[in-house]
Amino acid sequence: MREPATAETGVGARRVAYRGGVFLPETRRAAGATALLALIALWQLASSLGWMSPVFAPSPAEVGEALWRMGVSGELVGHLKASLARLLVGFAIGGTAGVAFGLAVGLSSLVRAPGVTLVSALFPIPKIALLPLFILWFGIGEGSKVATIAFGTFFPTVIATYGAVDNVDRSLVRMGRSFGLSQAAIVWKIIFPGALPGILSGLRIASSIGIVLLVAAEMIGASQGVGALVLSAGNLMQSDRLLAGVVVLSLVGLTLSAFLGLAEKRLLAWR
Amino acid sequence: MQLIADSITHAYGPLPVLKDISFTIAPGEVVAVVGPSGCGKSTLLRILGGLEQPSSGAALVKGAPPPGSLNPLTFVFQDFALLPWRTVAGNVRLALEGHGLAGKAAAAIVADTLARTGLADFADVYPKQLSGGMKQRVGIARALAVKPAVLLMDEPLSALDAQTRTLLMDDLVRLHAEGDLATVYVTHNLDEAVRLADRIVVLSRRPGSIKATFLLDMPRPARSAEDPALVREARRLWDLIRADAAEADRELADAEVADA
Ligand SMILES: Nc1ncnc2c1ncn2[C@@H]1O[C@H](COP(=O)(O)OP(=O)(O)OP(=O)(O)O)[C@@H](O)[C@H]1O
Ligand SMILES: [Mg+2]
Repeated sequence: MREPATAETGVGARRVAYRGGVFLPETRRAAGATALLALIALWQLASSLGWMSPVFAPSPAEVGEALWRMGVSGELVGHLKASLARLLVGFAIGGTAGVAFGLAVGLSSLVRAPGVTLVSALFPIPKIALLPLFILWFGIGEGSKVATIAFGTFFPTVIATYGAVDNVDRSLVRMGRSFGLSQAAIVWKIIFPGALPGILSGLRIASSIGIVLLVAAEMIGASQGVGALVLSAGNLMQSDRLLAGVVVLSLVGLTLSAFLGLAEKRLLAWR
Repeated sequence: MQLIADSITHAYGPLPVLKDISFTIAPGEVVAVVGPSGCGKSTLLRILGGLEQPSSGAALVKGAPPPGSLNPLTFVFQDFALLPWRTVAGNVRLALEGHGLAGKAAAAIVADTLARTGLADFADVYPKQLSGGMKQRVGIARALAVKPAVLLMDEPLSALDAQTRTLLMDDLVRLHAEGDLATVYVTHNLDEAVRLADRIVVLSRRPGSIKATFLLDMPRPARSAEDPALVREARRLWDLIRADAAEADRELADAEVADA
């Protein structure tokens, strides 16, 4: 922009002060990575200088080494396989059933009132409290853990799905009717795609709840799984292995969320 | 095919909205419906198009729709009602999918309709990339794709700026010169009404009943927005509804105060 010509504006003209630029954060990826690396470096420094006891807070190098050792011995793969299987099966069941039930609640007045009441009543229960019951029903093995995860991911998915269905513009539905679309066509061509953004963000929340429940369930009754690894390492005061497990859990969460992000990008390209 | 409003009366719960509305839309005729805010114009149009059931009376059709008409009563919406996740071509195709057309047959009709409405270059564009005027062109293209006998337009230009409105109005005039497409055109804008309509139905304020009907026999393509005869006509209409409109506005304001 050119400076305003003084000849035209005359003496005493001042620029209107710019005040538009507040709280418009940009994502600077490099800055994010730098912050993480700086934190790790600081931690390493504190350990190397002997400010932190290796038993209570092992250094990043020690944690990395523990991770490496578990990796090459194949121990990690075993734990990870067990955890991922539980998480994916549980989340697949809970997510699919949640989307289906959420659509039913959103679309059918028959399902709606009882559905909403049940979901509101059951949603606040910490699902891990039901694990003992699930152990009675499904046994101490995989069944009870998968059930806990499925149950825990089901409710947030239902709530997100029917909320998203409610938010689909009714004028679009009316448009569909006016062009002779059948009810099924309206559900699949108008309501479902319209609700998809909300459904996907619900699944994101559900997935992180799933990881919490996975670890909790594995701590209560499992010999395999990252949760079990963390618990037993703690019992043996092996804090380097403990933190290595935590790092693995963080990576699992990041990977899952990256996959959901990819799905959002592909499915919601129109936004 | 004729579309007939047969003593349509409607109430939303205790709120009477329409009172004993009767008129007939002849094949190829353009009927404008004007009236103050909230008098039930949109409701009347939805009833005529089968999207709403009147409390009493009925919307009737008489005679067969023109051959090849897929969706005899077709809406063009004020807010366009385009699916944001479908391209322009996809939005037009949706209307055909409602009538079991898919694949090559549908693609041919879509391409033809887009070419006819000057949208051929925009086939693969998403609605959010379009201006309001282009969006409504898509809305009109979608309606034309299913070969309606009667177009039901609810303030199709009211979301647009004045220049775009003029351009689209020219398009509509041309469209009605091409074939005998009947239209019910709901509007607030009396200039639009006198420009396009063969007949203007003036509704009273809520509950809307027919207050007057005007015939305009000047040939449509010969009318221009500045034509003194049309300006006079618009003025006359405005005088007719001015008192009602002011009253309706006051009522709306009162209702808002009561709500607050
Ligand atoms: N679905 C509905 N339920 C209850 N009341 C409604 C409904 N739709 C419209 N109304 C009421 O009916 C009256 C007529 O509404 P309508 O939209 O038909 O008026 P209109 O003439 O199209 O108004 P405008 O000129 O503002 O578009 C209004 O008072 C409105 O509040
Ligand atoms: Mg209206």
